Amino acid sequence: MLLFLIRRLLLAIPALLGLMVLTFVLVRVVPADPATTLAGETATPQQVQEIRRKYGFDRPLYEQFAIYVGQVASGDLGNSVFSNRPVMDDVRRTLPATLELIFVSLLLATLIGIPLGTLSAVHHNGLLDHVVRVVTVGGLAVASFWFAIMLQLLFSMELEWLPLRGRIGVNIGAPPSVTGFFLVDSLLAGRWDQFVSSLRHIALPAITLAVPALATIARFARVGVLDTMQRDFVQYETAVGYPRHRIVWIYVLRNSVIAAVTQIGLLFGALVSSAVAVEAIFDWPGLGSYAVQAILSSDYKAVLAVTLVVGVIYAVINILVDLVHGLLDPRVAEQL
Amino acid sequence: MNDALLKVSNLAVSIRGDEGIARILDRVDLEIPRGRIVGVVGESGCGKSTLIKAILGVLPTRARIDAGEIVFEGRDLAKLPPDVLAREVRGAAIGFIPQDPFLALNPVFRVGTQMLETMRWHAPPQWKGRHRERLVELLRAVQVPDPERALERYPHEFSGGQRQRLLIAAALSCQPRLLIADEPTTALDVTTQQQVLMLLRNLVAEFDLSMLFVTHDFGVVAQLCDEVSVIYAGQTVEAAPTRRLINEAAHPYARLLLACHPDRATDLGGIPGSVPSPFAPPQGCRFHPRCPIAVADCASARPIIEQTSERHDVACPRYRLPLPQGATP
Ligand SMILES: Nc1ncnc2c1ncn2[C@@H]1O[C@H](COP(=O)(O)OP(=O)(O)OP(=O)(O)O)[C@@H](O)[C@H]1O
Ligand SMILES: [Mg+2]
Repeated sequence: MLLFLIRRLLLAIPALLGLMVLTFVLVRVVPADPATTLAGETATPQQVQEIRRKYGFDRPLYEQFAIYVGQVASGDLGNSVFSNRPVMDDVRRTLPATLELIFVSLLLATLIGIPLGTLSAVHHNGLLDHVVRVVTVGGLAVASFWFAIMLQLLFSMELEWLPLRGRIGVNIGAPPSVTGFFLVDSLLAGRWDQFVSSLRHIALPAITLAVPALATIARFARVGVLDTMQRDFVQYETAVGYPRHRIVWIYVLRNSVIAAVTQIGLLFGALVSSAVAVEAIFDWPGLGSYAVQAILSSDYKAVLAVTLVVGVIYAVINILVDLVHGLLDPRVAEQL
Repeated sequence: MNDALLKVSNLAVSIRGDEGIARILDRVDLEIPRGRIVGVVGESGCGKSTLIKAILGVLPTRARIDAGEIVFEGRDLAKLPPDVLAREVRGAAIGFIPQDPFLALNPVFRVGTQMLETMRWHAPPQWKGRHRERLVELLRAVQVPDPERALERYPHEFSGGQRQRLLIAAALSCQPRLLIADEPTTALDVTTQQQVLMLLRNLVAEFDLSMLFVTHDFGVVAQLCDEVSVIYAGQTVEAAPTRRLINEAAHPYARLLLACHPDRATDLGGIPGSVPSPFAPPQGCRFHPRCPIAVADCASARPIIEQTSERHDVACPRYRLPLPQGATP
């Protein structure tokens, strides 16, 4: 198991390096000159030249890249070209917000999607099955931004049940950071009011993200359960007197969930990119909002950092998926 | 006989398929006296597994019982509500041993978890809290090495023979009165097959059970069964005590099947032709197209069942005729 982890981590390094090369070249080939932007509109050519030298923009690309890789390896993502603050600090501030949002969405999607898909499979071709199929196709087809705005209109503007934007009530304030997840930190601090406020704030963006994910998970769960129901062991389990509900919800589901884990892992990646739009709509102070801002201002250090962080997230999720596979399937565990 | 534990009479099962409706079982009779091992023999596709499914009440959803009775301990299982079958029959009164030990167990659960599941729902209430103990005892009885640890392991960690032993122990776990085995040794090599057969015979005696044993191998029947019933294309064609049937088979199908057995046959030609599709079965006696002594009448009416002697039934009016030379290998 440990050996597996080490091997996978080592394997992830060349992939991440490749990613860095790609993005670095892409960002530097984008024809916006960061020095010009930095210097401001009124700057003289000399001033621009100065800045170029100061930040190393005048060096050959490969040198800039080598320096960058060296810094990253030592945990330094460089300073923002703009604020001159360490990019690492920004990432540390915004990443937990995004991860919290994605975790909550995935949790929602999984907790609802898997039972829904299973019920649908159990009532194969019945009324419930048809309803679920229509709803899940709808869930995938609806555009996130439209859905988000509808939610805001209904629950924030019309009913005034939930806040329109932000991560926590302004007058309540953020809990002391331990995990960076407000929902967890507020409980750790014993601040019920902070917890409730975080929950109310995360509800709408999380639902927005969860709906398409839920649709995907429900569809995979449905197909997975239908497939597994055809396996010989289901016949056997019925013939030796397992109750039907135990067969479906325990013995079949465990097998189907194994396949769904890969899907959930892939979804995590998809959610990271959908989060960009959703964060913008709900003014969620996450990595997505940060990335948008960085791109708009040509803050190439920040863009590289965000790309790298997302790459690391993908790599970690991939490893996690394999680990969870191992936990659920003893035959896989043997190979880890 | 009145002391039959299980008596299936005139059972008919049909299934809706893409090609129409198929009579998979057309007329099956079967009797299992208490304490006896009864074999059911027939070629692949004759409906042996379907018969078992009908008894256990686990026919596929598109199948249904058209006619007949399945009387077990005085109750007609064919008419029992599904929940009663699930609660009182499967896993409880009737233990089941499947054909393929490689596919029957759930790959992602521990063997113990799976065996305890049946006990959880069907073991007598006074065993509460001692299910594990009982399983360990049973695993010892079926000669699984290191029973305590075996329960913690996963199916793929066992060989085929060991898995079949586990499944046999599982079938015995709730003290069933009847054991039903569907070709339980087909997937095993010859040596393992012998061991499992010996084990089954001893267990039936030791636990005072009755057993329905499905196979297509007369050799296995001769070794294990007290009585045997031959089934062809969903029709019972002959039933007799094993010795009697092997020495004096009456029905042409039974005679040909016996003649084809590798221990007897000089050349392994088999019976010419093949089992008809249940979607388009021959009229009358379903065997008549392959029968060397068939006459026109055989195609018009289903043969009535005659008794050649006590406990020896045959569904062929022409059973006294010899088979022509060359018809048997
Ligand atoms: N679900 C089904 N749908 C359609 N036909 C079926 C179905 N199940 C079984 N049959 C048909 O019923 C007939 C009997 O099948 P069954 O499995 O009972 O045979 P068997 O005697 O057990 O054969 P084997 O020795 O190969 O296990 C076969 O012709 C088979 O094709
Ligand atoms: Mg079969």
